[in-house]
Parts: sequence; C-alpha cells; structure tokens
Amino acid sequence: MVADNRPVWQPAEVVESRMVTDQVRRVTLRRPGTRRAQPGSHVDVRVDLGARTDVRSYSVVEASADGSQVTVSVMLAPRSRGGSRFMHGLREGDVVECTQPLQNFDLRLGAPRHLLVAGGIGVTALAAMAETLRTTGRDYTLVYVGRSRAAMAYLDELEQAHGDRLRVHVDDQGHPLDVAALVDEVAGSSTARATELYVCGPIRLMDAVRRAWAGAGLPVHNLRFETFGNSGWFDAEDFVVRVPRLGLETTVGADTTILEALTEAGAEMMFDCRKGECGLCQVDVRDVDGSLDHRDVFFSARQHEAGDQLCTCVSRVACGDGRTGVLTLDLP
Amino acid sequence: MSVLDRQMSATAKIFPHPRDAWYVAAWDHEVTAKAPLARTIADRPLALYRTQDGRPVALADACWHRLAPLSMGTLVGDDEVQCPYHGLRYNSSGRCTAMPAQETVNPSASVPSFPVVEKHRYVWVWVGDPTKADPDLVPDMHQMDSPDWAGDGLTIHADCNYQLVLDNLMDLTHEEFVHSSSIGQAELSEAEFSTTHDGSTVTVSRWMRDIDAPPFWLKNMRDKFPGFTGKVDRWQIIHFEAPSTICIDVGVAKAGTGAPEGDRSQGVNGYVMNTITPDRDRSCHYFWAFMRNYRLDSQLITTQLRDGVHGVFAEDEVMLTAQQKAIDENPDYEFYSLNVDAGGMWVRRILDRMLVAEGRLDPGDVSVTNHAAAPADRPRVTTGA
Ligand code: FES
Ligand code: FES
Ligand SMILES: [Fe+2]
Repeated sequence: MVADNRPVWQPAEVVESRMVTDQVRRVTLRRPGTRRAQPGSHVDVRVDLGARTDVRSYSVVEASADGSQVTVSVMLAPRSRGGSRFMHGLREGDVVECTQPLQNFDLRLGAPRHLLVAGGIGVTALAAMAETLRTTGRDYTLVYVGRSRAAMAYLDELEQAHGDRLRVHVDDQGHPLDVAALVDEVAGSSTARATELYVCGPIRLMDAVRRAWAGAGLPVHNLRFETFGNSGWFDAEDFVVRVPRLGLETTVGADTTILEALTEAGAEMMFDCRKGECGLCQVDVRDVDGSLDHRDVFFSARQHEAGDQLCTCVSRVACGDGRTGVLTLDLP
Repeated sequence: MSVLDRQMSATAKIFPHPRDAWYVAAWDHEVTAKAPLARTIADRPLALYRTQDGRPVALADACWHRLAPLSMGTLVGDDEVQCPYHGLRYNSSGRCTAMPAQETVNPSASVPSFPVVEKHRYVWVWVGDPTKADPDLVPDMHQMDSPDWAGDGLTIHADCNYQLVLDNLMDLTHEEFVHSSSIGQAELSEAEFSTTHDGSTVTVSRWMRDIDAPPFWLKNMRDKFPGFTGKVDRWQIIHFEAPSTICIDVGVAKAGTGAPEGDRSQGVNGYVMNTITPDRDRSCHYFWAFMRNYRLDSQLITTQLRDGVHGVFAEDEVMLTAQQKAIDENPDYEFYSLNVDAGGMWVRRILDRMLVAEGRLDPGDVSVTNHAAAPADRPRVTTGA
C-alpha cells in the first residue's frame, strides 16, 4: 500500500540460510515488525559488492504471521551484478541491512479468477500469492515453468499445497509452456475481461505474455507483473557510453548501469524508480554499436523498436560476441 | 500481586479501533455512479462511488502519482475514476488504467481498493487485512430491510471518540437526564438490569413494570391503540455486536399483558439501529435508524419517528461533544466506573481482545481497557469471558 512504501532500513539477522536447489538459496531474515508481509511484497537488502554497497530487491516467499520474519530466495546468477553472490555468502547469525516489506505487486482478492505464471526464480514472487489464494478459497491456477525439475525451487512444496491448481512445465521433459494457448484460454473464458494474470520470470516469458495478452485484446491493467529491471534479452556485459556534448566517455561494467556510470563520471542524471518503470531517467540515443537491450517497461514496444530513447537505470548494450559495444547518448 | 491487580487500573479515554472489521461507510443512497464521495473511515480517507452497473467501490482517496484526492475526480467509463490533477485513471480494483502523457502504464501504479459489501441499506468497508474480509461477518441489522419492519434514519457526525458513543448506548440510564422531555424517566435508573456477553456480543436487558409511558412512547401506543391511557411495561434490550453495532429492542405494552413473558401483542415494538464508524480518533460517523413493526405502511409515522429520534439524538450529540472536550481539557484526570457501566465495560473488554489479536496492543504489557502493566513474560489474565 501507498502508505507503507517508504523504506525503513534496519539491521536484520539471518536466522536460516540453506540451498533449496543447486543454485537457489533460501534466506530468512528477522527484523522488528508487527505486520505480516502481504503477498507480492519484497524487501530491499543492502548488498556488499566489495568496493561499494548497492541495493537489491527480493520478493518475499514466506512471511511469519507476527511480521517478524521474512524469507527470500536468491538464485546465484553466474553474471550477477554481485548481489546474488553476496546473498549466497550469508550464514545464520549474520546481520544485514534491509527494509520492511514493500509492496509494488499487490494481489487483488476480488477478481473472479487468478492466473499466476512463474518462470524459474520468479516463483518467489508468486508463491505467497498462491498461498493466500488457496487459504482464502479463490479460483486460481499457478503455472510454473522451469528448465528442469531439479532447478525449480519449492516444486515439491507447491505440488503438495496446490494439487490440481498447479500446472508444471519443464523444458527438459518436453512440454514447454505454450503462452499463446494459455492466454487464449483466458480470452475464451466467461471471465475473460475480469481475470487477472500475474507473471514473474525472465524477460522472454514476460514479453511473450505481454504480447499475447495485448494481441488477445485483454485489458492491459489485468496483466500484472513486477520487474526489478535485472533481466534482459542479453547477458549483461561491459560496454562504452559516450556523451559527446559533455565530452564524457566511460565504461558501463556488467555489474552497474548507465545511470550509475554516468553519474560517477560527473553527469547530472535524473531518475526515480531505478527499475525501468517511471521513465524519468530517459535519454536520447544518438548512435549504437551493438544491440540495445531494453529492460524497461516504460517505453512501448513501438518505442523500443524505434530505439530513439532508453531508460538509463536498467537498459544496456550488448554484442554477445566478445566485442565491446559503444553507445552514444545525448542527455537532457 | 493478584491477577486482578494486573488488569485493573484506569480506563482508556481515547480508544483505538480494530481495523479487521466491517464498518459502515455510507448509506446506500449516498454512494452514486455520478460522483465520488469523500469520507474517512477508521483513519483511511476513501473515495466511494458506484460502477455503472451499480457495484459500490472504495478506493484510497489519494492518487498514486502526487496524492491528489480522487474524490475530487470524475467518474468515467464503466468503473473508473479519473484523477482531477493529471488525469490518471483507476478502475474499481484500484489499478491504474491510463497515463495520458505516455504510451504505457506503469505496472506499479495503483491505489488500494478496499473490500466493500452492500447490506442492510448500508455500504460497509473493511480497511484491515483484506484476506480476513468475510462478508458473513457483517453485523446483523436485518430489521433495516426486512418486510416486517419499517422506518428510517440519519447520520450524525459526532466530534468524539467512537467508544464514547458505545458507552452512551450501552447505558441508557442517561435518558433520565439527557432526554427528560421525550423518553427519560426516573424508573430507568431504579430498574434492575442484567448483562450477558460472549466473545463478540454483549446484551443488557432492563424491564420497567407498571409505569407511566413517557411522551415518546405514549404517542407510539396511541398510533397503534388510538386513545390509549394507563400504565405500561417498558423494555430496553441492548444488543451489542463487535466492534461497534448496537441494536436496541425497545418498546412498551399495556401493563400486565404478558410482555415480559413474551407476549408483546398489546404493545409497540421498535428497534433502534446504531452502528458507529470511527473517523479519526476524536470523531466518528454515527449511523442510526428507528425501525418499528406496526403500522408498516404509514410514511407519516416513519417520518415522525425519524424526526423525533433525530431530536433525541441531537441531545446525545451535545453531551458527547462536551464530554470529549472536557476529556481533552483534563488530560491528567482518569475515568472511574459505576455499576451501570457493566455493558460498556464488557464492550471495551471485547474491543481490547480484538486489538490484541491484530497485534496493535501487547497483551502482556498494555491493556486499553485497563492499562495496568503486567510482567512481560506472563500473559495478561482475564476473568470471565
Ligand atoms: S528511473 Fe524510473 S525508469 Fe529509470
Ligand atoms: S496527482 Fe493524480 S494524476 Fe497527478
Ligand atoms: Fe441517548
């Protein structure tokens, strides 16, 4: 809710830290609090990246009723910006700085039907929603997509809790998710215009769902998603950014953003959300050597294709072949 | 120290309200599909309106963007409200559906939409944990729209903590002093009363036998029994249902005709329907109606009763406002209790428990009803239940 969204930073103690798959670590944090985290909420954690600290957002997978504990789950990304390495290093008894649960992805209980689509680690945002829908007796389906069963966190628990309401699609078992068919199923149902679809996962999944949803003419506001702006079409790599008008040139490392790199280089940048939603950080693109990797949801597909502007807080350039991309910008 | 010491102390003067509860936000007719209505319910400013197909909606009255009040906006489309400032639009679930200055809609943009139920001629809102908003928990006020009852009511915006109104209604001995010209009489204070309670209700019953009917009741008797004179048996049975609904079964019957034993045929019966919604901590919306089960077709009697009770309740409002002012001007003085406060004190005990259950009151530490400190490692023990 609006009122609860001003971050309050406090130390939190790690009271549980264990691997739930090869790559996913479950971490439970205890901090003062009296209100249970609502489904869809996340906590911001200050992560230590060695030379500096930064902030990462993690969805709350589970919350204790008394509000004192929240559990997050973090996938160790090989090319992470460093946050997941830090989180994977946490052990019981460690103390981190984190916020109270913040809400930007709220579950509305009034919809006649809910469809939750989780891809990979995106399940962390949707598990708590599914649990609330189950305990309050709503009509829902949880679709969980993954590369292999072993890589899918919480699969057994979800199968036990949700039974028939869970549909599992595992790539290496030969039945990947047909997004178009799933959205057609919604569009053809009697509650089509009131069904809400919540999706969280890699950008390809989110984009496929967004396109199918728009293509089926379903109300855009019934498609709910949360992006922390950290999943792209390409793996993050270093590239060079130039601002000729200011005589600036700097490298944007794989673990940082254009916004951060240019600010560090002395440019005065405007921003607010830092997750590709508000559009305040947009700048004009003059030239690009490499491919633009738009990771924001502020610009429309048409604007992304045109490529005249980008959101500096999340979007990047990638070549994918070992060369170093070069991006030339003009700043407002 | 005895268990009683741990819970007995002074009584809170400004009582917090539970959030996990249905509160009346408005009369059904106040909420329209023409323009939003601004009203603060349990500390939450709300914009109330109806969709084009008549469903009531309660959105937070603050736009996601810069918090301009949506209640100043306009209703558009099937179920949307448009912010009066920069034109963002929200649907009935609070989702932002349009941002005029861009091609997309920020997925984070939404305002809280609170659970709403329309029942008993009222629009009820739940501002607490939405997962607990079970429509079956709406208090029983069936007389409001039952074919066996007729009547009407109004709203008082009372400048006092909501609990003072509950106190007022749970102890009607004040009628002798506050309402001496209409329903008050000395027998009220003299008659015995009994109090019963369970986890969420309290009932206070009082019978006064073989007395003169006060002016209000004499008029009602004569509406049903033209030319009636003589003594009556009078009753007041106060039904409280948590957190703040009080339906009072009231009436008089010809003395000795068996009303106390259950035969009310020789009398007139009314129900004073009250439900109190906290606004801020020192103000509340007091929704009331007077329903009767005789001469159902007489609009004249409906209007006369509504106006009559309106006059009576105006006397309460004067007292409650003055009481709140005196409370605020004497912060260092406490409340003390009388035996007639039994009903009101059981109400406080129930509300106390609801607040503890919501985690807004530490059971081992502070009690609102009785703010004695108990050792933190021991739960507060209560007697009775
Ligand atoms: S700061 Fe909001 S989109 Fe970049
Ligand atoms: S404050 Fe509502 S649109 Fe700006
Ligand atoms: Fe009164």
